[in-house]
Amino acid sequence: MRETNMKKILISLLFLLFGTSVYADCNIKSGSINILANDFPALRTFVETAKGCKGNADFKVTHSSEHNKIAVPALTANPSEFSARIAANSSIVPLMNQDLIRPLDDLVKKYGKGIQDSQLITIDGKIMAVAFMANTQHLYYREDVLKELGIAIPKTYEEVVAASEKIRASGKMQYPYAAAYKAGWNLAEEFVNMYIGHGGEFFKAGTAQPSINNAKGVATLNMLKKLAGLSNPDYLTHDSEAIKVEWESGNVALMTLWASRSGTLLDDDGDAKITAATKLTGPATVAGGNIPAATLWWDGFTLAKNRSDADAEATFRALAHAAANKKMVADAADQAVWLIEGFKPGPKSIGVIEAVKMKAKPYPMLPQMGLMHGALGSEIVEFLQGKESAEQALKDVEAAYMSKAKEQGFL
Amino acid sequence: MGIKSPLITLMPNKTFFWFFLPTGLAMILFIGLPIISTGIQSFYAQHDQVVKEVKKCDPFGCTVSIVVDQEKTSKIREEKPLGKFNGFGTYVDRNHLAIEEIGKFWNETNSFGEFVDQVTNLPFYKALIFTLTYCLFVTPNVLLLGFIIALSLNAVTRRIRGPLIFGTILPMIVTPLVGSLVLFWMIDAEGIIGANLQMLMDDPYLSLKSSKTLTWITIIIYGIWHHSPFAFVVFYAALQTVPQEPVEAAIIDGASRWQRVRHIVLPHIYPVVTFVALISLMDNFRVFEPIIGFSAEGSAQSLSWLIYDNLVNEEVILFGSAAATSMMTIVGIAILLAPVLIRTWKEFRTAR
Repeated sequence: MRETNMKKILISLLFLLFGTSVYADCNIKSGSINILANDFPALRTFVETAKGCKGNADFKVTHSSEHNKIAVPALTANPSEFSARIAANSSIVPLMNQDLIRPLDDLVKKYGKGIQDSQLITIDGKIMAVAFMANTQHLYYREDVLKELGIAIPKTYEEVVAASEKIRASGKMQYPYAAAYKAGWNLAEEFVNMYIGHGGEFFKAGTAQPSINNAKGVATLNMLKKLAGLSNPDYLTHDSEAIKVEWESGNVALMTLWASRSGTLLDDDGDAKITAATKLTGPATVAGGNIPAATLWWDGFTLAKNRSDADAEATFRALAHAAANKKMVADAADQAVWLIEGFKPGPKSIGVIEAVKMKAKPYPMLPQMGLMHGALGSEIVEFLQGKESAEQALKDVEAAYMSKAKEQGFL
Repeated sequence: MGIKSPLITLMPNKTFFWFFLPTGLAMILFIGLPIISTGIQSFYAQHDQVVKEVKKCDPFGCTVSIVVDQEKTSKIREEKPLGKFNGFGTYVDRNHLAIEEIGKFWNETNSFGEFVDQVTNLPFYKALIFTLTYCLFVTPNVLLLGFIIALSLNAVTRRIRGPLIFGTILPMIVTPLVGSLVLFWMIDAEGIIGANLQMLMDDPYLSLKSSKTLTWITIIIYGIWHHSPFAFVVFYAALQTVPQEPVEAAIIDGASRWQRVRHIVLPHIYPVVTFVALISLMDNFRVFEPIIGFSAEGSAQSLSWLIYDNLVNEEVILFGSAAATSMMTIVGIAILLAPVLIRTWKEFRTAR
């Protein structure tokens, strides 16, 4: 089942499919549309496309990088502030836990013309979201620097470490590696990636009991620390935006960053020499593993439950128009890896396509995963600062997680 | 001698009651009731989650995994919307007072140092230690600096006093978040302060943001910078009320500047010093913005930051945890202020 699906994605990602464009019916007569979304170029394009089809409906949108903090309270209100929320693997979970989003089966049947089956996120047989783009974190490298020093493009994190050490030794760059290690969500995400790359499992099978305090967890932490040692010493304050700036200033030669940010790295802004030498490759593996130390993400739209059926219908029709829009996909081919029919992957999609080929795992969509992510973000900091052992840090993560999970009723 | 509150000396109790009533009502409505509601919330935890195994499909394939069973959960939630009564369960769990863990550490560790290490590794105590350190360093320094600035400005010729006062209170006018961000960029490894420090110390790996101690020092210095103007403004106003006759008499008697300050000015403005100390302690105990502004979550956590973290940093909101930490913050402030309050009360009694 998994195999065939993988093939399906690959086919849809790799080949341009011919055929007449099918546009969603855009004859929206009334209703009110209000969308909450993260803030990066592809999502702006997507929402703009949906706006083009709003008809007589009211149309509002909030793009915010703080979307995670707003979503649950805003959708809990009745009527909900937003009629739709652009979510991802992780952010759909709290909405599901609190029962804040509605099944889309009837709407997909009625207005979902052009949406491919592979775009549908189904949980327990019900369509809960419609995905439109894929994302992952993968390696970026400076072709000129690697070539000059005779370094091959790294395929594993061990090679990333060796390459970075070589660059540092050459005196070209002091902190040749960068990744978003900002304490909190970002750092935890790096742990999740690296731990999955080591083949680790976060919970004891079928339970909410944590199981990260093991050899794989220790190896994960040690690798993160090695990489942190090759990064700017302020790494604990660097998020994706900060390392993007580091890259554009020419301070970094190897970087792990979101695929969705490649557009802003490769645009005309900034030093043309750096932009020309910026190249993308798949995510790295670690510790001899086969699957990459990265997680696959989808971005898709969900509809608020606490909102009138009329609003839901109007919102769905506008968003479905964008989620099946071949013109948008063709015009904005370099902004994202679209999961929409007609997408022809360009050079900026290499990272995600490689990740899919290498059978990267999706970010775990588990009800208690958010608590684990939160515990990781604060408890592994002291290990990276050299203040405690890896075992102690992992023990702390498990203990912090368990207290939270007990309070939330998972344990 | 000293400034006496006009409320105490002039107003009869009945007038005071009517005078205070609107404020009192607003305080009950907007401060008292929310605190009570937070208190109640802190005794509850979420219901046990009923989960079920389902098939989940996304663009990357299908897996069998668990979700929260909404049908069953919503029934339990409707019956008891507040959640499961947990008593002091949240207060004593590992992420708060950690009573059980501390007992375990006490029995398991060999030396007192090791025990302290283990305890300060717990999130609540880690945050408490930073919060107290911040209060302890910032409050006295704010009082001292504010007083020195007020004295100096009071001695400056009137012509340039206006612009000087404006310049001095600027740190207070600047939004805390903006103020801390400005400093944040200056101490960046490539910022003006950070880069110069690296040159000065001849250590290319020196980073104010990555070292815990240096981060603490930065935040404390920022705190002093930000809060001093408040102390200055109040002290400056108080200085205007210092009677000139005793000062002049002291000058004639040959008292030095320091003696005049020590024996005439300070006793006169003493009640104001208490007031500023009180407000300053309260403010500093709730230190929060600089931690966000400096992205210092990794090295410095305060009690207020813990509350924020429970409410927004997780995708799941931990209301019980946040409420428990809030209640303990209130208790903490009360304990800190107790000596000052008791003293003020005693003075009030003797004044009558």
